[in-house]
Amino acid sequence: MQTHQYDVVIVGAGGAGMRAALEASTRARTAVLSKLYPTRSHTGAAQGGMCAALGNVEEDSWEWHTFDTVKGGDYLVDQDAAEIMAKEAIEAVLDLEHMGLPFNRTPDGKIDQRRFGGHTRNHGEAAVRRACYAADRTGHMILQTLYQQCVKNEVAFFNEVYALDLLLTHDLLAGDVPDDEEVRVTGVVAHDLTTGERHLFRAKAVILATGGAGKIYKTTSNAHTLTGDGMALAFRKGIPLEDMEFFQFHPTGLAGLGILLSEAARGEGGILRNSTGERFMERYAPTIKDLAPRDMVARAMANEVREGRGCGPNKDYVLLDLTHLEPAHIDAKLPDITEFARTYLGVEPYTEPVPVYPTAHYAMGGVPTTVRGEVLRSNTAVVGGLYAAGEVACVSVHGANRLGTNSLLDINVFGKRAGVAAAEYSAAVDLLEPAGPDGGEGAPDAAVGELLDRLLAGSGGERVATLRRELQESMDAGAQVFRTAESLTRTLETIRELKARYADVTVHDKSRTFNTDLMEAVELGFLLDLAEVVVVGALAREESRGGHFREDFPQRDDANFLKHTMAYLRRAPDGGTRIELGSKPVTITRYTPMERKY
Amino acid sequence: MTNDTAPEPAASAQATSGGVDAFDVTLRIRRYNPESGDAAYWEEFTVRALRTDRVLDALHTIKWEVDGSLTFRRSCAHGICGSDAMRINGRNRLACKVLLKDLDPSRPITIEPIKGLPVVKDLVVDMEPFFASYREIMPFLITGPNVPTAERRQSPAERARYDDTTKCILCAACTSSCPVFWTDGQYFGPAAIVNAHRFIFDSRDEGAAQRLEILNDREGVWRCRTIFNCTEACPRGIEVTKAIQEVKRAMITRAV
Repeated sequence: MQTHQYDVVIVGAGGAGMRAALEASTRARTAVLSKLYPTRSHTGAAQGGMCAALGNVEEDSWEWHTFDTVKGGDYLVDQDAAEIMAKEAIEAVLDLEHMGLPFNRTPDGKIDQRRFGGHTRNHGEAAVRRACYAADRTGHMILQTLYQQCVKNEVAFFNEVYALDLLLTHDLLAGDVPDDEEVRVTGVVAHDLTTGERHLFRAKAVILATGGAGKIYKTTSNAHTLTGDGMALAFRKGIPLEDMEFFQFHPTGLAGLGILLSEAARGEGGILRNSTGERFMERYAPTIKDLAPRDMVARAMANEVREGRGCGPNKDYVLLDLTHLEPAHIDAKLPDITEFARTYLGVEPYTEPVPVYPTAHYAMGGVPTTVRGEVLRSNTAVVGGLYAAGEVACVSVHGANRLGTNSLLDINVFGKRAGVAAAEYSAAVDLLEPAGPDGGEGAPDAAVGELLDRLLAGSGGERVATLRRELQESMDAGAQVFRTAESLTRTLETIRELKARYADVTVHDKSRTFNTDLMEAVELGFLLDLAEVVVVGALAREESRGGHFREDFPQRDDANFLKHTMAYLRRAPDGGTRIELGSKPVTITRYTPMERKY
Repeated sequence: MTNDTAPEPAASAQATSGGVDAFDVTLRIRRYNPESGDAAYWEEFTVRALRTDRVLDALHTIKWEVDGSLTFRRSCAHGICGSDAMRINGRNRLACKVLLKDLDPSRPITIEPIKGLPVVKDLVVDMEPFFASYREIMPFLITGPNVPTAERRQSPAERARYDDTTKCILCAACTSSCPVFWTDGQYFGPAAIVNAHRFIFDSRDEGAAQRLEILNDREGVWRCRTIFNCTEACPRGIEVTKAIQEVKRAMITRAV
């Protein structure tokens, strides 16, 4: 095992990780671990834009942006955090421009802005042009620009290195560490994919920036590598996960494939139609129609299909119609997504409508943090030196449903904040000796060694791909756009069976070099843990709010559920572990919860 | 045109449902395991595929159901992350962007690692030399010390000037398709030049002279023989050879 020492170690090199790295690396000795080459990160797949109330093309204000974010999140948003994000959005966009990001421009050379779902003028009057964009590859340009700046600043990257354990000073699984006791992070245990060697990264501060966990679902816009690693590492250490039952289903995935077609398609004038050709969103959201928030559009689409107005031979999708737009306009504003339709479905969007259906897209929940990015281990106590930013985290700025473009904003605003905070923390403390995996004596890499040895030695005959497929199919069937106690219970039973079978998983590739077979087995373990948290939270939340829709409880219930879910892994009396649910109050500052209409 | 009539559903989307259109496809894959002591060899696999399946889907079927040791990189699976560039029937492509139905299924599809970079295992190559060339051309905006409070202004025409080269995803399909790069690993290669172009022609950038000096090196743009392999290989449709020619011209005229 090789040992490294840093002030700050960042896990993940997407937008949040690299934005943090730009701050941390100029203030403290910083390393970035990434299981991919940084430019492969899924930030690059984000398309439509990044909202900020620049007011470049029409009047706008950060306060309207805050309101839209809170309302879009169905009032589960912590309003202090949303206000920070909407205010700092403006600087975040300008930072990126100064770094060289090639935004589209207005005729007078300013950053151009366009409409996006749920973003409105003066508290819901009409759609507003707030999304700053670079064609339909805004995420790609953010990822490239941040990487370019990291190259310029000579940031130390460890590429294709998987973080597999998080080291803390205490064992939190027993649930007996008081809030006033100082708990700190001491480092990360990692696996170098290329060599198969183990590395210990001792650190004063660690930032989790590992992104989402979309691969718990079958139909998803997420990359194969989005397996929720950072969420699972924290959860397994007894750090809670917040609001995991809130998962966003993006309305316009390519039917049958789940590949994302940006909401910008509708922002630029695209229309959703059912089998009768009807623009059905007029019925569901009379004011802003196709630009309603994603949860409402996804549910409307699923409802059209369920009521027999779906298209195609199996009536199982609806159509995204761009045929009334000028081809030149499509080429200028939506070149990539129209190319996806041509490549993957053989559909020509100039002349044919594109088959679409909701696709699992974004985890609103995650590792709970303060607005400085500090990771919470209870409603108020933090883990000293541990930070999280981006999709892995839950600040919570997205509440029960994230507005389009607010994820690219989140990674920039809170990535920067976490980077600054982690560097400042590391300047104030000494490096601690790394404890064992359970916070006590023992080799820091003992747990990782045991896990990998077990998977490599396994001869039980269960295949990773089979278990993963069964998990994903079960999640699609029971925990997707529509949920009931029955569907969720069935999915939970399946997950628990799969967890038992996971003990018999066999990894075929026994080699040390670049063993992706082994890493897929590890990732499956993360997915199983996280899927269970999603479903347990969804079962307990007997209401419908944002992305979480319970057909057996179709109304929002503020009296009982205007609160965050906090899911803790705790030791059970039988020696195993179990999930214990708690709650955390929602921070409400300006906006009293009201019914959400568009 | 806005109308309320039902548009015809796309016929091709029908392929996503059911296995009606399923067919068999044979993949002939270049294998190499550095721990075995054996040289690289070819291995054939035959799998069942759907009309919407891509080469990546077939590789996954093999890895997940037949031979877990088959090793390749992939992430986004829709042509954006640049992980899965490989040689498919002799051409550099992204495995996630090539539909199996578009290849001739009557013959085995050959799949090899991209050329000119050391093979680590099966279809995985060492990307470090590629990224080292990229870093050398200073791939970041270079400006004076005065940062404006608002955005720097750039007209739509100025923005359009370098649009094409901003699409690069650093997949290495272009560089590893270049015969000059194959025979001379010191050559910067098309991708590095594309990324230099992206800044040289950005009206906000002030580092053009430095970059042109770097690319005027004996391993720089003058090694390009205008073979157009790079343009054909680019999965993002970037006119790579044209970008290289524009850099050459800028070098001669010292004007961008």
